[in-house]
Amino acid sequence: MQLIVNGTPHEVDVEDDMPLLWVLRDVLGIHGPKYGCGIAQCGACTVHVAGVAVRSCSLPVGAVDGPVTTIEGLGTPAALHAVQAAWVAHQVAQCGYCQSGQIMQAASLLAETPDPTDADIDAAMEGNLCRCGTYPRIRAAVKTAAATLRTGG
Amino acid sequence: MAGIARRAFLIGSAALAGGVAFGVWQVRRDPANPLMDGLPAGAAALTPYVLITSDAVTLITPRAEVGQGAVHLQALLIAEELDVDLDAVRLNPGPPSAAYFNGALLAEALGPTVKGDGLMVNAMRSTGATVAKLMGLQVTGGSSTVKDAWEKLRHAGAVARETLKLAAAQETGEAVANLTTDKGAVVLPDGRRIAYTALAARAATLDPVTDVVLRNPDQWRLIGKPMARPDMVAKSTGAFAYGIDMALPEMIFATVRTNPALGGGIRGFDATAARAMRGVIDVVPVPGGFGVLADNTWRAFQAADSVVADWGPAPYPETTAAMAEVLAASFIPDRQDSRPRDAGDPDTAQGTAITADYSVPYLAHAPLEPMTATAQLVDGRLTLWTATQVPRFAVTAAANAAGLSEDAVTLHALPAGGSFGRRLENDYVEQAAALARAAQDRPVKMTWSREEDMAQSYPRPMALARGRAVVADGQVQALALDIAGTSVVASQGARWGLPAGGADATLAEGAGDQPFAIPHYRVTAYRAPDMVPVSSWRSVGASGNGFFHESLLDEAIHAAGADPLAERLRLVSDPVSRRVLEAVGQMSGWGSALPAGRGRGLAFVMSFGVPVAEVVDVTVTAQGVRIDRVCIALEVGRIVDPVTFENQMQGGVIWGLGHAMYGEITYAGGRVEQTNFDSYPSLRLPQAPEILVQGLESDGPIRGAGEPPVPPAAPALANAIFAATGQRIRSLPLARAISFV
Repeated sequence: MQLIVNGTPHEVDVEDDMPLLWVLRDVLGIHGPKYGCGIAQCGACTVHVAGVAVRSCSLPVGAVDGPVTTIEGLGTPAALHAVQAAWVAHQVAQCGYCQSGQIMQAASLLAETPDPTDADIDAAMEGNLCRCGTYPRIRAAVKTAAATLRTGG
Repeated sequence: MAGIARRAFLIGSAALAGGVAFGVWQVRRDPANPLMDGLPAGAAALTPYVLITSDAVTLITPRAEVGQGAVHLQALLIAEELDVDLDAVRLNPGPPSAAYFNGALLAEALGPTVKGDGLMVNAMRSTGATVAKLMGLQVTGGSSTVKDAWEKLRHAGAVARETLKLAAAQETGEAVANLTTDKGAVVLPDGRRIAYTALAARAATLDPVTDVVLRNPDQWRLIGKPMARPDMVAKSTGAFAYGIDMALPEMIFATVRTNPALGGGIRGFDATAARAMRGVIDVVPVPGGFGVLADNTWRAFQAADSVVADWGPAPYPETTAAMAEVLAASFIPDRQDSRPRDAGDPDTAQGTAITADYSVPYLAHAPLEPMTATAQLVDGRLTLWTATQVPRFAVTAAANAAGLSEDAVTLHALPAGGSFGRRLENDYVEQAAALARAAQDRPVKMTWSREEDMAQSYPRPMALARGRAVVADGQVQALALDIAGTSVVASQGARWGLPAGGADATLAEGAGDQPFAIPHYRVTAYRAPDMVPVSSWRSVGASGNGFFHESLLDEAIHAAGADPLAERLRLVSDPVSRRVLEAVGQMSGWGSALPAGRGRGLAFVMSFGVPVAEVVDVTVTAQGVRIDRVCIALEVGRIVDPVTFENQMQGGVIWGLGHAMYGEITYAGGRVEQTNFDSYPSLRLPQAPEILVQGLESDGPIRGAGEPPVPPAAPALANAIFAATGQRIRSLPLARAISFV
């Protein structure tokens, strides 16, 4: 089947029920999305399908119905997305393992809700677990990124 | 490792190719070393923290990066004296080596953990450091990284700097006294700059200049200043590679399942169905279970699910209730392990007595990156790529599992997606070594499922406590606390191959070592028989004992009708701890009136020599208790990087709160009942309170900060709930008794 990831088409020969996460990681070698739970409980695997955040660990690749964007396609070290720039500025990461998913979730939130309230941030980010406890910095970074995006930064 | 040929590192030693290294401890040359053959003229083998080659300056940071910023902090300390910019150097964890022993860790383990600097205390610490050096104890843990590195790494940076200046002096004819250093270069009196890299060959011919003086605090450029951690961009772009991201040519994938009743072994397995599944290469035994080799991780997971295993029975009681009975039966003289506090006579103290029983559950580490290791066995040589807190023990474990000598094992340390103590174990390393043999020359990357990670918890021990306090005249007169638990040191030490003699200080730490001058004061630890294998979990014994001690003290203070802060200040016996309590009182507005339905709780725990006080504010809502704010004050001597420090404090508080609210590992049939993050919930973003941090500094000894913020969080929260509701919860997790929003 064909899969478009970060703008590049790929032909993959895998079972329809193989989760998108493992196609990305083990077949295509795209390692930004992480395995944390396998049952959509931690959010470390979050990617965008057609621009919307999904848990790639629980999405069968056969059910992918749009182009896939991973953290690698959001921005790069040389050209950070506003959410990534906010994450760097606030020095959010500790171990960093959940942060690809946190950032993809936040980017999806801000694409739909440019000026989120605290309640909006709570609702959007609740599914993303961080064992290191970076939540206060995540909340601050989401607000910074929202302000940047609203001002066209 | 980019930029340094892996073969440049000697096995079990510390060496390099084509350059020069500077270090402090065991500085020596080893011309007889066979791996030195063929190195360029001028190459030297010294114990390295600083590597200068013709193309780069590389700082060696041997303590494991598990999220706590260890690599950044180690590099910062070297750079402070070496005069290099952190964004202009390479960072490398170096090889497993006795040279990277952790003197501070064992110094604390053998010496009193109280914050003291007396002759005896220092003598014991010195003994511990020496033993650690002789054993080559390379361990990341015990909040010891900064403490151990504080002088050692700055000294290494200074030695390197002065040796480079000597090399420059020889090349230019200038006197060393006329030379300065700046941004990776020696600067001549006329302003000309000679890059360190251009001095590598000359420096390699010199004996290191070891007679150096460390800079005074007013000369520091880096220490104490907010810094940008070097891993932030990579961790924000998906570019940061963890152990689970290892990729090698021809690599195959694997997973393992071992007996969910830890140590029960496997009597056999039927892999007929698994072998027929797409992508499955082989199903093989590993220590205690089986492994599946496949062409991707998901197919290995699927195949492992289809294997029918015949597990042996648990070699310990099968249920949590049965384990609790063993603990409850351990409050007897024959099981007394230590009595670190024994003042006056709590049994005969006059006044009003209260009694209370407490309990804390087993807890899993559950780092978000599950255990993973990559291994390759070619021509009798095993290469491992994995994240570990104990690289030298890991080499030994892998060698034993693969039937090789340690000389035949090379370990490359990778950063971890969290650890919290879990990567002090070597089970996953042994499994990878066994799988490498089955993979027949190909590299194999083994990844545990989350369910395997939960099943193989090596948890923080469950523990029980029985408290009694006596109050009179509005004061706490007596406090007696009996604690029963299983020994982490005995359990984990046995797996490390280290004998653990004498008392296990972790059974009482966080309770028997607190700086209060209560007239009648007794803390006794009882060691229950070993049950489930247990291990070090962020803050170790203090994680539960702090809850016992600070809950009982709070109950006693309330029974006396005293103020929780004022009475602790009256009782506290250590001036630094007093400052910490006063600081948290000011931060939190302690004593100010709160509206109805709100409560404020205080707890103080000294652990790892760090006094920490926390105040938790809660509000009672119709749906449950909400945590509004946490104030934390502590004293660690020096704060090396304020950003990393604040991150560790906030993370430690959330770790402590989340597990106090929800964390619980229970057993049925000898197996962990929790299987994933749905059944092992934790605090999430909507519940994360505002956390205000105040770090106090002094000229006293420097201390580590990764673990000390954890222990006060649970009792401060429980004490706040009592203040708000009148409900005293004595058993964790709190969510068994109350709802949270």
